[in-house]
Amino acid sequence: MGLVLALPISFGQIYGNKLLKAIIAVYEKILRSIPELVILFLIFYGFPRIGVRFSPFAAVVIGLGLRSSAYQSQVFRGAINSVSKTQMRAARSLGMSNFQGFVFIVLPQALRIALPPWTNEFTIVLKDSSLAYALGVTEILRQGGYIIATKHEPMIIYLTVAVFYFVVTIVINKSLGRVEKKLAIPGFDVKETVR
Amino acid sequence: MSEENVVLKIENLKKSFGDKEVLKGVSFEMKKGETKVIIGPSGTGKSTLLACINMLVVPNGGKIWLENEEVTSAKNLNKIRQEIGFVFQDFGLFSHLTALKNVMIGLTKVKKMEKEAARELAMAELKRVGLEKEASLYPAQLSGGQKQRVGIARALAMKPKIILFDEPTSALDPELIGEVLSVMKNLALSGMTMLVVTHEMGFARTVSDEIIFMENGYIVEQSSPEEMFKNPKNQRTKEFLFKLNELYGE
Repeated sequence: MGLVLALPISFGQIYGNKLLKAIIAVYEKILRSIPELVILFLIFYGFPRIGVRFSPFAAVVIGLGLRSSAYQSQVFRGAINSVSKTQMRAARSLGMSNFQGFVFIVLPQALRIALPPWTNEFTIVLKDSSLAYALGVTEILRQGGYIIATKHEPMIIYLTVAVFYFVVTIVINKSLGRVEKKLAIPGFDVKETVR
Repeated sequence: MSEENVVLKIENLKKSFGDKEVLKGVSFEMKKGETKVIIGPSGTGKSTLLACINMLVVPNGGKIWLENEEVTSAKNLNKIRQEIGFVFQDFGLFSHLTALKNVMIGLTKVKKMEKEAARELAMAELKRVGLEKEASLYPAQLSGGQKQRVGIARALAMKPKIILFDEPTSALDPELIGEVLSVMKNLALSGMTMLVVTHEMGFARTVSDEIIFMENGYIVEQSSPEEMFKNPKNQRTKEFLFKLNELYGE
């Protein structure tokens, strides 16, 4: 959900008119300045007051998704802006439209640049999913709590939960790292350019 | 426009950035197969002039014609830009594409050519600039001179009516300039219409049909290379050529 929102947001922020840019700036500033837990409480406990009710699970998805879209849009915005202006000029000089230049020239480069920081953001969202605990969603942490209530082994159980998060995060990082390698192109290997 | 053979005609072209008027009314024309070189101190509007010709920068006044079509009032600029090649000072190669794909992409995406036909044509153009072996390399793997030759091949592949060169060798090491200039010289000899902004006086002297000296947004002097070097009329042209001469010691 964060990704689906983030791409159009970053496009709007770069190519949009003044009003759109202003709206997005406010959206992104607000969501990046509020702790995730407060966002979740607002959506789950606050919104029913104005007649909007979500299931705990939906509230978590929306809460995590909205905040992450704000962060991810910044990742994409930075990546798109870091593609040199000459690239678009060259595309236009060949007779491409702005849209073609963006899709065929700017975006493929920007996504490669965005992948490492995007991977980072992805793991943050993954770990923050544990905040769903506070809304009563049965995620891993709560599951652990249930077991502890009967077995009285907090150290072992929470360690297990920790290991679970660790393994999932590492696996996802590794596979995204593999995607990065697969898409790698001479001149875009960020790690090797600074030596 | 009635004259035959005129590829490019520019009339009283003006461009300002804010309060600063960069082009103050520039007029000249180019016939088919001609090579003209624009020289002049930096900041005098040479690059802006080139960018205006294919409307990468939109002029404030004046008119531009490409053959019989008025560029300045054209509705379909993307169509016109296909017919005007542009070679950039900093190459402008697409970093995520191989040399071959750089040359192909305009053919497949803009001209909607079949992939195989586009590949064949692109290979032929790379061969023409001496880079068929480097076709599968990415820009980061090429030398500056090679990059610029890919840039030229990319422009050529579109079969333009004219190619504009914006200081094509200024970003190159001295020993790489020669390979680019020799490609350009061959192009000129093959009958391509070329407008070149450069400080390479050797190229200007031997290849161009006419040299245009620009300063402060005006064309100060415009004449054949022999005339310009032997017997410049304007005091400023004399001074500028003298300085270049001192610098490059020709």
